[in-house]
Amino acid sequence: MAQTPQVALARDESHLISEAKAGNYAAFEELVNRYEKKIYRLGMNITGNREDAEDVLQEAFLKAFEHLPEFREDSRFYTWVVRIAVNEALMKLRKRRSSREVPMESQEDDSGEVVVREFADWKPNPEQVFAQVELERILQTAANSLPPGFRTVFYLRDVEGLSTEETAEVLNLSVGAVKARLFRARLRLREELSKIFKRGANS
Amino acid sequence: MKCNKAIKELSAYLDGELDAELRQTLEAHLTYCNHCHAVYDTTKKTIELYCDGKLFSLPEDVRARLHDALRRKLQECK
Repeated sequence: MAQTPQVALARDESHLISEAKAGNYAAFEELVNRYEKKIYRLGMNITGNREDAEDVLQEAFLKAFEHLPEFREDSRFYTWVVRIAVNEALMKLRKRRSSREVPMESQEDDSGEVVVREFADWKPNPEQVFAQVELERILQTAANSLPPGFRTVFYLRDVEGLSTEETAEVLNLSVGAVKARLFRARLRLREELSKIFKRGANS
Repeated sequence: MKCNKAIKELSAYLDGELDAELRQTLEAHLTYCNHCHAVYDTTKKTIELYCDGKLFSLPEDVRARLHDALRRKLQECK
């Protein structure tokens, strides 16, 4: 029986998935509507540019659509789409700089000492001091200074809010490796941003 | 607690993963050590900045192209 999109909207996610699997396009579109903003942001964050982020967004949902019959509901739909999107994003990076970098298997040691050089407090409210575009540029430059395997862990855990276990599953890493990379990523991003936001800095 | 030990535990502390004893020792250190407190505070701010929902918002034309591509795929599959 045909259902209105409103009816689909009110239903919970597992119902939406069953409907989408049964060929109800409105149900699939509702799932896309729920997560498209996050997947675009994820693409921006991992690839660092708009064209690649748009490709990642499209590929992730086209593949999700195509492979929906294979989706098993023992993980969240969102985690499943994130895994597809992360693979697409990392593939983009590999293509772009295959000669220079190996995305997930970073040469960088996970366990070595993290050196902290910046101990100053920041000027208050950088998000109000800098224009949106400028702030995006600063955050992206800092993130791009990290190996992709580290910034991806940071985005999945701290920005997208995946658990340590979900992040480990998406990236095929151990829980310990996720924690070690998160620790280093957080401190290195902080170090980079401190150069710009610390009290007494020029900009 | 020494500073390098405090820094090492910071990430687990932010995630609420430290046991009570270690947490209290770290919190005591953060109270008295300006350097480590600044690192703690600015690490929290770093995460907050990246989490800002206004960042990297999905442009309307990008969204429209996504939905067009999905509908084309749907037609192909029919």
